[in-house]
Amino acid sequence: MAEEPVLSLADFRVSFPTDDGDVLAVRGVDLDVGPGELVGIVGESGSGKSVTFLGVMGLLPKSAKITGSAKVMGQELVGAKKEVIRSVRGENIAMIFQDPLSALNPVLRIGPQIVEMIQSHRSMSKSAASEHAIELLDLVGIPQPKTRARQYPHEFSGGMRQRVMIAMAIANDPKVLIADEPTTALDVTVQAQILEVIQRIQRELQAAVVFITHDLGVIARVADRVQVMYAGRAVERADIDHLFIKPTHPYTRGLLDSLPALGGERLKPIAGAPPNMLNPPSGCAFRARCTHAAPQCANGDMALVAFNGSETACVRIQELVTEGAL
Amino acid sequence: MTETISPAGDVQLPDDAFDADQAEGLVTSVSPGRMAVRRFRRHKLAVVSLIVFLAIAIIVILAPITTRYGQIERLPAIGNKVGNSPPSWKAWFGTDDLNRDLYSRIIWGGRVSLLIGIAVAVVSSIVGTAVGAIAGLRGGFLDDALMRTTDLFLAFPTLVLLLVLRSMFSSLKWLKWLFGDLNSIRFIVVLLSILTWMGTARIVRGVVLSLKEREFVEASRALGASNSRIIMRHLIPNSIGPIIVSLTLAVVGAIVAESTLAFFGFGIDPVYATSWGGLLSDAKGAVIVGRWWLVVFPCAIFVLTILCVNFIGDGLRDAFDPKQDRSH
Amino acid sequence: MLRYILRRMLWLIPTLFVVTFLAFCALRIGTDPLASFLKQNPRASLANIKQYKSVNGLNGTIPEQYFHWLRHFVTGNWGRSIKGSTPVWPDLKHAMANTAVLGLFSSGLGIFFGLSIGIIAALRQYSKFDSVSSTGAFVALSIPPYISAIVLQLIFAVYFTRWFNLDHPFLPTSGIYPPGHHGFDLILRVKYMILPGVVVAIQTLAVYSRYMRASLLEVKNSEYMRTARAKGISERRVIFRHALRNALIPVTTFAALDIGAIIGGLVITENIFGYPGMGVFFLKAFNNGDYPQLMPWLVIVAIALILFNLVADVVYAFLDPRIRLA
Repeated sequence: MAEEPVLSLADFRVSFPTDDGDVLAVRGVDLDVGPGELVGIVGESGSGKSVTFLGVMGLLPKSAKITGSAKVMGQELVGAKKEVIRSVRGENIAMIFQDPLSALNPVLRIGPQIVEMIQSHRSMSKSAASEHAIELLDLVGIPQPKTRARQYPHEFSGGMRQRVMIAMAIANDPKVLIADEPTTALDVTVQAQILEVIQRIQRELQAAVVFITHDLGVIARVADRVQVMYAGRAVERADIDHLFIKPTHPYTRGLLDSLPALGGERLKPIAGAPPNMLNPPSGCAFRARCTHAAPQCANGDMALVAFNGSETACVRIQELVTEGAL
Repeated sequence: MTETISPAGDVQLPDDAFDADQAEGLVTSVSPGRMAVRRFRRHKLAVVSLIVFLAIAIIVILAPITTRYGQIERLPAIGNKVGNSPPSWKAWFGTDDLNRDLYSRIIWGGRVSLLIGIAVAVVSSIVGTAVGAIAGLRGGFLDDALMRTTDLFLAFPTLVLLLVLRSMFSSLKWLKWLFGDLNSIRFIVVLLSILTWMGTARIVRGVVLSLKEREFVEASRALGASNSRIIMRHLIPNSIGPIIVSLTLAVVGAIVAESTLAFFGFGIDPVYATSWGGLLSDAKGAVIVGRWWLVVFPCAIFVLTILCVNFIGDGLRDAFDPKQDRSH
Repeated sequence: MLRYILRRMLWLIPTLFVVTFLAFCALRIGTDPLASFLKQNPRASLANIKQYKSVNGLNGTIPEQYFHWLRHFVTGNWGRSIKGSTPVWPDLKHAMANTAVLGLFSSGLGIFFGLSIGIIAALRQYSKFDSVSSTGAFVALSIPPYISAIVLQLIFAVYFTRWFNLDHPFLPTSGIYPPGHHGFDLILRVKYMILPGVVVAIQTLAVYSRYMRASLLEVKNSEYMRTARAKGISERRVIFRHALRNALIPVTTFAALDIGAIIGGLVITENIFGYPGMGVFFLKAFNNGDYPQLMPWLVIVAIALILFNLVADVVYAFLDPRIRLA
């Protein structure tokens, strides 16, 4: 990557202590996101994709143990003082959530909620901040922004609420925008509009976007690069075209096969369930569900290695490609 | 590689909301019953309370063995006192004005109070569960009537209600078959049950209303199951947690209500029996003259018992409803 | 809003009608003033009895008696008590004032400290303070008021007086002034109110600390709290503007209901401490089967309950923009 990454994770780990031991939710994730890039993070429930970025933002419960490194614009956040993290989030890194209704404070008007975001990082008068909030609402495509700013969240539709969340997140021109399943709770038609807004924001503000989703279809539409996560680790990282045409991990292959194809072929769901994160298996965590599993899958550190222009954690990738199994 | 990209494809994997609470669920697949026992055991005060309560219950049940004197047996003079003597080896908790052993009387009284508590709880749970389940399932007039009546009853101070109802029921001669004699144990149990069942009914109604919309109930209804079958097979097994919790709370409610009545002189007539309420009522008169033992011992045992049952109820609530926070 | 309030006020009339009718029947069935009259005057002549019945409205069937009472009641003729034949209203007025003073004094203390404790406990969940205060509140709720009353009397009125060799009780246990006192005396008034006030305050404190704690914990786990933190605003602002503002909504509503219940709700405490309020008024009248006193008592208590119920709803709608009164 030519430019300095705006977000950089190295060996990022999150665990939650429970009575039965630590649940290892994230087990060493690396990721570099360049300026203005749109990176998709894909994985199923419990793969640690949301936990990773909530951890970066410092939004996990206090009991969460976070190690490794997470840098935003070169500023290390793991182990940083609360004030440092606070000054970075909302300013350089902002986040939008899955359910915009519960993510907005129900008893405050929309305008003041955005103004609060602006004023906590900029010394700006209240009227100027209100003015700016209205511009932001306009920018994300909310009609009559002046009137709408005086309304409460419950007076908005789902898609409009998500636009409000986006307006709030970009209030301070963040360099990184983390979108945690922003379209999952929305209707398909509204999804497309929200994706369009996010892409426009990315272009116009030159913000890098980390797009977390379990929906490969959505990823295909917006992302430049994709990182596939499984059981708290990255299993494949590739450009979007590579990933869809030549996946280099059996799990990615499985995800693609479980997409409904236009041709009418029946879906092939991945058999089995993700492993218990209390005692994740050593070696490849996917091997219990993998049709290509072999003895050597139980060994190794499963780091990503370059292969055919992608990066993969599969140790048998060479053999599988030769066999034509992928 | 012949796969075509389908950009509109949707892989609806479950969402990724992961937090420490859910981590518990990921651990292993344990049966709901064992999970409940496990959560109950985590509530340490509830476990301690259960042990203490069982100890009290055993002592009280085995009263003929654990007491030292009869319930109304008068002791011979202790020292030169023939009444109101402070704690001594002859009477561990002291004696009352008729020189009866307080220690023994507390145990005898516990029999009466626990009997009332459990009887009222059982009666009102059965009635309350039945009415609540039907009201929740049927809705309509019965439901409205239940809610309006209980609203009215719950709004008024309990003591006022108890006194008014007590005097009314005791005057209605044709209810004598149900109530028995005024201020007998049966009278108190029936009176308290009439007031207590409504709370249970409201709780069960709430649970039924929320369960009613769930798929398994809809499914069995679609398969043509009758209301009574749905209640017996689906609703009651699924609302057993809240019912048990309200049962324990009803035990406390009844014991406290009985002693409140007794405290104001409307409790069980000493001709029939003496409950803890009766002892507390005696304690009232012992305060000003400073006979501390007549106050301290009955109050302590009474509060200890109430506290234990409350903690057990709290532990059960945690056990059956994992969503509630479990910090104590 | 105004229409809503008016409509609810109109409902007050039929509700009161039903409640008073039921209560009248229950009271007249359960208590018989004539019987107690005959007990006191065993040799009353038939003329005496007739006069007694007509003076006290005891002629005819119970519904007839009810309408007789109702006609007088709504025309402002509240009559005289059966026992002692004193006018009802002045006694009732004094009782109400006394109960209001005790109720506001003790609830004020209890609510203030209860809320403070609940807030601190919720903010420091699982801390020592939290477990001690939660357990303490639980214990306090398991102690019926008459038990705390007699134990406090034993300690502060009897034993303190003995230990300090005082010639009068350290804290008085009965009434609102010493016997024979005339006029107003703030210090004496407060001194007489301490023990009954503490008994009520302990319960109030316990209830409110638990309720506040539960409400704030629920809000703390809500997603808009995460959003607020993600904005990078200060923790103090997150707590006050986002958490407390929302958590206080149910507590305030509950408090409105609770205050409405005070007027008839201190029966036990007032009776133990001989505090001449509504509770003592009720119990005296009840023991005498004195329905001319009991019925106005009931009307006032019912009006207070219904009115504060309305207040609670209006306050709720005022605090939570999602609620519309219709």
